[in-house]
Amino acid sequence: MNETVPKHIVENAMPVCARTPDGSPAAGDETDPALCARAPIGMLCELTHKCPLQCPYCSNPVELERANTELTTAQWQDVMRQAASLGVLQIHLSGGEPTARKDLEEIVKVAAEVGLYTNLITAGVTLTRDRLLKLAELGLDHVQLSIQDVDAENADRIAAYKGGLAKKIEVAKWVKEAGLPLTVNAPIHRQNIHNVPRMIEFAVELNAGRVEIAHVQYYAWALLNRSALMPTREAFMTAAKQVEVAREKYKGIIVIDAIVPDYYAKFPKPCMGGWARGIVNITPSGRVLPCHAAESITHLTFDNVKDKKLADIWLTGDAFQKYRGTEWMKEPCRSCPRKDIDFGGCRCQAFALTGDAANTDPACSLSPMHDNWATVAEVESHSAPTDFIYRKVGGAKPKVPAEPAE
Amino acid sequence: MADTPVRTRTMITGASRPMMPKHVKMRHDPGRGRWIILAPERVFNPDDTAVSVLKLCDGQNSVADIAAALAAEYQAPLDVVTEDIVAMLQDLADKGVVLA
Repeated sequence: MNETVPKHIVENAMPVCARTPDGSPAAGDETDPALCARAPIGMLCELTHKCPLQCPYCSNPVELERANTELTTAQWQDVMRQAASLGVLQIHLSGGEPTARKDLEEIVKVAAEVGLYTNLITAGVTLTRDRLLKLAELGLDHVQLSIQDVDAENADRIAAYKGGLAKKIEVAKWVKEAGLPLTVNAPIHRQNIHNVPRMIEFAVELNAGRVEIAHVQYYAWALLNRSALMPTREAFMTAAKQVEVAREKYKGIIVIDAIVPDYYAKFPKPCMGGWARGIVNITPSGRVLPCHAAESITHLTFDNVKDKKLADIWLTGDAFQKYRGTEWMKEPCRSCPRKDIDFGGCRCQAFALTGDAANTDPACSLSPMHDNWATVAEVESHSAPTDFIYRKVGGAKPKVPAEPAE
Repeated sequence: MADTPVRTRTMITGASRPMMPKHVKMRHDPGRGRWIILAPERVFNPDDTAVSVLKLCDGQNSVADIAAALAAEYQAPLDVVTEDIVAMLQDLADKGVVLA
């Protein structure tokens, strides 16, 4: 996603989840270079794991954190101050559903005061107009609104929530009324992939400046639900072509960012832009992670902002140091000319599928696991979809039958 | 959503009066020793020329004005500078970073 605007400007897309383009800041020679040379540019704040929706591809861990373990208002405010002095540029206020925190305004206020670019990532369904206008007044910079589908009934079924789509249309109007830029985020999977062109049109109609056609990444809940979600290669290729057509049609009107499913990619994704390189993630209880799925690597230990300074954790924390850079790599990564491009892919995926997070991500064609892995996607996507396992505290059993395969 | 006017692509010409919208923030980052532009889920790293151009993008100056100022500052041919600036601003307009 890195490209050069005619000679003068380098563009860095800001990853929020397990997807990352480059963006590592160059070393500066002013003020404390040891700190700032390696400061993250983005910080994902999972303010809470509470959410009215139950999307079966939720990026939160399967073991959701309970509300009584959440950081307090003052603790989050302190995290914002620490982040700004560390050199973080953008924060993504996410969840769960971040608006489920009654003190969101107080957190945004401090974030804006210390100069962080604040992005609210919301499902929108519990937001009110007054609240959104207040957030804008306090300095919120951008809203990312998720949709489950453009077919209202299917959207309700995917999220296990009634009437979400109509509410989201209303929220999008308030975002524009508040004078804020809007991104529509559409997680894509086999049960809505046929609507990709309509989702882009929908985002244009909502006056969004950006739309993310974000193929589901298969971790946590999405991994549990993989056979209900994995599209066929053919469906993926069709959607990719549709995105290209829409990019031409809507050039200068809407920016379309596509996140591809790595099961069908040629090379592994440079997950998070490299481990502990540009992004830091904070869980509701204050655990500091190199990526939102990192807790799935069971042998890692994570520090908490309740016990240590964010800068110390970022620079020296065990979990951050473990896979930072390229020294930890084994073959075939170690001698690979792409090792500084894709960083051996995703550590969580390597761990989940090979048992060793230092192995090459099976998404890489050089991984001995690669053929198996590609077969899994092929077989699952051509079989009837399984029932959704909805995202819930304490897990859940399949309840609603999935749509028949097309 | 019938009340929503159909948006069209902004085309940058010499007569355009570009500006950055409120939600796009260009500032100097002292820690990194460089200028940065913060935009929705994007960070841009402008070089010195881009910073000079964008500082003049206040909604008042036309692209022609900006090109003239830059050509004088850098002692460069006006047509080359103009072409360069138009291309840069067009690209930024397409990305929603610049309005005109």
